[in-house]
This record gives sequence, C-alpha cells and structure tokens, in this order.
Amino acid sequence: MLESIQSPAQATYWFISGRTLFLGIHILGLACFAYIVARRLAPLLNAQRELRFDRPLIRIGRVLQFWFGQWKHPRYRTAGIVHILFFAGFIILAVHTFALLGLGTASGPTGPSPSSLARAYDLITNYAATIVFWCMIFAAVRRLVFKPARYAVPARYGKAHTADAIFLLALIAILMFAESVFEASKVALLAGHGHAVESLAALSLPWTLHNAFASVSPQVLWNLYLGSYLVQALTFYFLLCYRPFGIQFHVETSLFGVYFAKLDKGTVKPVRWGVSDEQLDQVKSFGVKKFEDFTWKHMLDFYSCADCGRCSDQCPANAVGRPLSPRFITTKARDYCFQHFPVFGRTNNSHALIGGIYSDDEIWSCTTCGACEEECPLLIEYIDKIVDLRRGMVDDGNVPKSLQKPLKALESRGNPYGKMEKKRVEWAKEKEFQSTCQVKVLNGDGRADTLFFVDSITSYDDRIQAIGRATARALTDAGENFGILGAAEKDSGHEARRFGEEMLFQALRDQNVQAIKESGVKRIVTADPHAYNALKHDYKDVPPVEHISQVISRGVKSGKLKFNPVENGENVYTYHDPCYLGRHNGVYDDPRYVLDAIPGMKRVEMGRCRDRSFCCGGGGLMLFYEPKEEQRMGVKRVQMAAEAGANVIVTACPFCMVNMEDAIKVAGMEGKMTAIDLTELVDQQLVRESPQVAEKDSNVVTHASS
Amino acid sequence: MEILVCARRVPDTSENEIQLNSAGNDIERDDLVYSINEPDNYAVEEALQIVAKSGGNVTVATVGSDEDEEILRREMAMGANQGVLLNDDAFSGSDGKGIATILKGFVQKGKYDLVLTGVQAEDGGAQVGGMLAAMLDYPFASLVNAIEVVDGKKLKISREIEGGNKEMSEIDLPCVLSIQTGINEPRYVGMRGIRQVQSLEIPTYGASDLAVDPSSVGEAGAKVKRDDYFVPAVGKGAEILQGDSEEIIAKLIELIKAKGGLQ
Repeated sequence: MLESIQSPAQATYWFISGRTLFLGIHILGLACFAYIVARRLAPLLNAQRELRFDRPLIRIGRVLQFWFGQWKHPRYRTAGIVHILFFAGFIILAVHTFALLGLGTASGPTGPSPSSLARAYDLITNYAATIVFWCMIFAAVRRLVFKPARYAVPARYGKAHTADAIFLLALIAILMFAESVFEASKVALLAGHGHAVESLAALSLPWTLHNAFASVSPQVLWNLYLGSYLVQALTFYFLLCYRPFGIQFHVETSLFGVYFAKLDKGTVKPVRWGVSDEQLDQVKSFGVKKFEDFTWKHMLDFYSCADCGRCSDQCPANAVGRPLSPRFITTKARDYCFQHFPVFGRTNNSHALIGGIYSDDEIWSCTTCGACEEECPLLIEYIDKIVDLRRGMVDDGNVPKSLQKPLKALESRGNPYGKMEKKRVEWAKEKEFQSTCQVKVLNGDGRADTLFFVDSITSYDDRIQAIGRATARALTDAGENFGILGAAEKDSGHEARRFGEEMLFQALRDQNVQAIKESGVKRIVTADPHAYNALKHDYKDVPPVEHISQVISRGVKSGKLKFNPVENGENVYTYHDPCYLGRHNGVYDDPRYVLDAIPGMKRVEMGRCRDRSFCCGGGGLMLFYEPKEEQRMGVKRVQMAAEAGANVIVTACPFCMVNMEDAIKVAGMEGKMTAIDLTELVDQQLVRESPQVAEKDSNVVTHASS
Repeated sequence: MEILVCARRVPDTSENEIQLNSAGNDIERDDLVYSINEPDNYAVEEALQIVAKSGGNVTVATVGSDEDEEILRREMAMGANQGVLLNDDAFSGSDGKGIATILKGFVQKGKYDLVLTGVQAEDGGAQVGGMLAAMLDYPFASLVNAIEVVDGKKLKISREIEGGNKEMSEIDLPCVLSIQTGINEPRYVGMRGIRQVQSLEIPTYGASDLAVDPSSVGEAGAKVKRDDYFVPAVGKGAEILQGDSEEIIAKLIELIKAKGGLQ
C-alpha cells in the first residue's frame, strides 16, 4: 500500500506537468502583483512629505492593538465580530495557504502531516477555512438581504458598491471552498490508499465535504483533488492582483496604515512637514489643491479604506444632510487616483480637486469634531485632509462670504466679531459680579500664578459672558490666584487654523504667546475647550493648561469645593461631551465626577456619549458659516437628550451652549429642556461662606418648568 | 484691457463703534480700524475677472497718505498688478471735485481702457466717478452690477432698477463705471497674500507728477466744506412687542393688518 499520493506538482494537467503549470502561475501571479503594487506606489513617491517614522515602539503597540487586536471593530457589534472572525481565520490560514501553494512545485508526494503539531494546525485550519467561508456567506446575505443603511451610496456620490463587495466576498468563499475540497479529496484519496490516520476536524467544511465524497469513485476524487488545487491557486493569485483595484487593498495596506497612523490627537499637521514657520513665506502654494499635494500617508489612507461606512454613520454633518460624508472624501480620492494614476497607461494628473471631485460646501461643512477618526477601525485621518484642502482654498481666495468678515475681524481686531480690544474685559465689569469678585488684569502691575484664558466668545458674547463670570467665581472659590490678559488677549486662533487660515492663526498665536510670557503666569486655565486644545496642542512654550472642569474636579476631590443639594429634585441631567474636551483631549470623567458630586443629582447618559458624542454644530468660525443642511446638528442633539429622559443638558463649552440654546428654540422645546454650562451649575451649587451669590442670568434656568 | 480702479480707505463700519468726538465736528478716530471701501473691493474683483478672461492689467490707485498703502497692498494681494498712491500735502482736505481732479491727472498719465470706482465711499457722497468721467470727457454709467466685454471696444453693462429688474446698456470704451456691491463675490485675501506683497514698491505721485494745479485741489480748492456732524434725536418710530411668541405674533399680525400690509 502506498503511504502517499502524488502531489499536484507530480500530476499532469492537459499534458503539462503540474510543476511547470504551477511554477508558471506563481511567477505570473507574483509578477503581476509586483507590477500593480509598484504602479500603486508611484503617486505616493510623488506626494508631499510626512514625517511618520518616529516613535516605533508606540507604533508597534498600536499595530498590535488596532490591527492585530482589531480594537475598534466591536464598536459595530455584528459587522465587527464577523470581521474579527475572518481576520483571525486569515491569520491562521496564512501559513497553511503558503504551504498549500508550495505543493504546486513540491518535489515529494503528498502525505499525511508528519508531526502531531502539524496535524493539530491542520485541524485548526479546517475550522478557520469553515469560519471564513460562512462569514463570507453571512456578509453577502447581509449586504443583499438586510442592506444596512450605512453601505448605501447616495446618488450624488455615484453608484452602489454592492456588486464589487459581493464579487470579493464570492472570491474569498471560492478560495475557502476550493481549499476545503482539496483537503477533503486528499484525505479521501489517502484513505483509499489505506491510510486513515489523516483526519479532518469534525463538522468543518472539509469534514462535511469528505463525508459527501464517501461514495465518489477514486477517479472523480482524483479529478476533484487536482481541479480544486488549480482553482485555489488561480483564485489566490486573482484575488492578490485584483485587490489593489478596490476596497480589498486594505488587506495589504492596513498594516502600514495603522503603523503610520497619527499619534498626536488634537493637533493639525503643519503646512508642509519639515518646513518651519519662519520658512513658510518661501512655500509657493499652501494646502492641497491637486492630488499630489496630499502627503503619502494620506494617499495610503485612500488605499486603506475598506468602505465600511462607519465614519459617515457617525458624522454629524452627514446626519443632518450637509453635503459631506467622510467615507466619500476617501473613496472619491481613491477613484481619482486610480483613474489618473492608472495601472496600465500614462498618468494624467494635476486636476483641481475643489470643483472637481470635491465641492466647496463639502469641505467647509466639517466641524472637525473627530467622530469619523474615532470610529475608523483602520485609523484613517480626515481632519488633516479637510484642513489641508481648506488651506488650499484660502490660498486661492476661495472663502465663503460669511467667513470673510470674521476672518478679517480676527486680523484687525483679534476677535471674529470686530469688537474693540478694550472691550474684551467688559464681562468682568458687570456691577453685581464686580461687587463680589474682582478679576485682575495682568498687564505689568497685577501678578498671578494662574492665567484665566477667556477667549473671544466668552469675552464678547452677552450670553456667554456669564460662563466667564461663573468660571472666575469658581476659580476664586478654589483658591486660585488668577488674572486675565485683558485687551492683550487675542482669539486663540483655534478655528482660524482649522479653517485653513494658517498665517492668521500664527499671528494670533504669536501675540498670545508673547502676552502670556510677559504675564509671568505658571499655569493656564480656560473654560473654552477650543482654546484649551489650541493652548495645549497648537501653542508651544506656554505654561501647562487645564480646562476648568479639571480644576473643579480637583477642588471637589480635595474637599475645597462642596456642593449644596440640587434645588429641583425633578430635574434629570445629561452631560454633553464637547468634541474638543472629550474626543480630542480625552477629558470625559472630570465633568462627570463634578456632576455626580452634587447631592441629589439625577444624571443619565445619552446613547451617544463620551467618544461617540454628537457634535452640537461646531464652534468658533463655524458659528458664522451658513451650511446647507436639512436640520441643525444641535436640534438632533437636544432630541437625543430628550430621548435619554433628560430635561437639562450640561455642557462645558461656550459654543456648545450657543448651539444648544438655539437648538432648544428651533426644536420648540423651550420650557421642556434647558442647557447650562458646567461652571454655571457649579456656581449655583457651591457651598459658600461669603454671601457670594451665584448669577441668575436671564437665560440660565435653574429648573425646567413644565 | 488696461483697467484702473480708484479705491479708498475708510473706517470699517463692521468693526468700529462710530461715535462723534467731543468737538462734534468729526468722528472719534482713536481705536478705529480701517479697510478698503467695500464697493471698491467689488470693483477690483470685477477688474480681475475681466482681465482673467480678456487679458490686460489692473492698477489700483488711491488718493491719500502713507497709511493708505495698506489697502493698496490688500488689493495687490488679491491680484492687482500695481498699486499707486497719489500723495501730496496739497491734496489733503480735497472735496469730491478735488479727488476727481487728482485722479484725472493720474488717468491722463497712463492709457486706461476702463476706469472703475465703487458706487460710493462709505464715508462719501458718490461724487467722484461722475465728475471724473466728465473731466475726462468719457462716457459714464453708475450702479453697474454686471459687465460683459463685447469686443475690444464696447461693454455690455447692466444696472438694477426698481423691482429687481435689470436695465441693459452698451457703453463705448474708454469709459468710467461705478460698481455696485453684489456684482461678484470678492475673493478672500489672507494674511499670507498680504505678506507676499509686503515688500513690493508702491509708486507715489504728487501734484507736480500729475500736472495738477495745487490750488485746484485740497483745502484750497474745496468748494464743499464739512460743517458739522450730529446724531439725530431718537424718534418714536420703534415699538418692541412684549409677551410670549404666540402673543407677539398675534400683535404683529394685527399691526400689519392695521397698516394695510395684510388683507
């Protein structure tokens, strides 16, 4: 009795020896793949620089977490688990598949696996192939029958991607099926040769097929054995070479995409990597105007997108019908790239992106809330691309009229409202406030350890000034020796930078940095998360900065700050995470800790909270922009609060306050819902020995009355 | 086409709180920020768009002092080929006719096919365009809100008339047009653009360069003199409706009905 059967290499296919045939397939397949990948790399080599080679250990850690560990996938439970299953299947099958391909040119016969370890691995691969196979069937059924909404392609973004997806799922299923037929027929043939040691994993696909082959003649088994081997080899190489033409390219690129992913949250990329601020005047063109202006990492992102639609599913702009959907920012750029840097034929690039694949409104619609980036399983970046596209538009003078005035006012007055510099301190001069709380202006005479960086909206907006006063009183109660810059303070420039006006941002930053240094303070506190983010990430060489919620939470922990019980026990509070406090800076717990320290506080969480918080509509210059939308983001957000059973929305950002209060009016929920800033609530609830009365601004309703 | 745009630097009404000075003969000018007169900015944008289509150069000129260079640079950052400052001690205190006389001197130094002005200066009286045209003996059209170059010799222009209708006219070149805001959407000028033109030289011309008789301009030649500023007494025209939204709406409808606005 023979202990083994011929390997496919030893067999003959249509008068050609198996070895010749499979060697041909290997060489042809690998050559095609190498050529295609080289062509796909071409635009990356002509792209802008990006310095992503630092901190290798952190990057490897992130690869283990986000790529190997599939960290973000379970955020979408069904699709995520299915992806984890077949990703694990692929990882398990990797060695097996290469060993299998090796059989095509192997010199020896095919026999049972030599060691028990190898046999154990074989059993596991039986299951892995089965799981991948059924995952593909499941995914195809889901796409075709259940049609999750996030896969739909609105007409304005082109045709549905379903056919492409199904084709790829089918190819993988065929590969798994062919491998299983090969395994089943191999074992059946070996058994026919009296060798029954080789066994298959119970209930796996190869096992099922093996049972099905019980009554099949040896000749048919032999044909199945050779045929399935040929099919799996051809399918493998077809898949390999087809992937770089569509969404499946992420199989190859995601590892690199995750390794090179952005590490510094809250920051914005420099205009040009490796070009200092002083050298910027020599840069001929700012931002991204044509495809080659993207960095190589951004192009890699375009290749890596798996079209899963999670970014757009979370995007608040997309949710309210603004003409922006992050998923299509990527796929349109990828289509452009494939068309203008084709695998076959000459490159044909240099077309303007704005007015070409992107519209002005699409790019201005983004609030830079970061929900898309938080969600992407592959860590694809959007904010840097949006900002770079805006820089290009600003450089070409293509800025909506609604934004031109505030930008000009920032330039001439240092605030977007065009108000006079000397009026920047007026919020602190309100009579009743001044009688209990004196705010020092640090202009040479006054000295303090702590700077309260107020920023424009809190300085000038009638309603928001109350947040400034509440913050000042909380700082006083926490025992801080603090002051403000007064007329010397300029807008933080946070939004100027994110709206693409880099030089204006730098001018504002430089003036602020100088004023801060001259004030001699040791630390900075702000109640505005946008200013917080700017001071923390965009400014350099300034003292450490904290958000007021962190200061208050510390005061509560140390026992310095104590709260009276809530007046109206009927109220149900919910905390809305401001994007630039939460997602961009990870401050989720301090505000919640403060709220929960108020006796009698009833607090609920909205469905979308913490890193999935839903943007209120955007801050800074976004308040001036007139977007095309069906609904306000804020209206959606107050409805979410109502659904959660809350009647008071607590936030910790002046812009959220403006948007929420507007939204409450627009949604017709006045009397049913109120919004209050964390500092205002703290101000009302603080136990005070001195008769420092908290402010009851006309708009700050302490309890909802209905 | 060689185009000259006459521009002017004015206090920016959106970024200032305009108040009278204590003497009551001028506005309080400390703490003011200035910018280009808005209609002039539209005129420059229009000139740039014409030149982009049919070739040529755009020159921006202003009558003023060194401080006024700021707006010339802004317009150069926008794309104007040249900025020119018409500066002479003799020019200060000019009335509309004086300004027109100075500009006429400059126009005659060069060879311009088209001269544009803003429809009026935010602190002025819409005088200069018409007077300049008359002095040059050029045809003039005011309140222009669309321009189309017909051939090298004529323009098709329109102005808005009552009820949102448009009146179309043809005008021979060279001519003077006063440009209405809304004719286009002026491009944004960023900090970077201004920095890039910061070191470019701005030619300055005085009375003798322009062959202008100093006695015909400035305070010496002014026949219109500003006498006084005053804030009109607050009238009793406004009424603030009180109550909740429903009540306010009801009152408003009643009021509009009473005035015949609703039947």
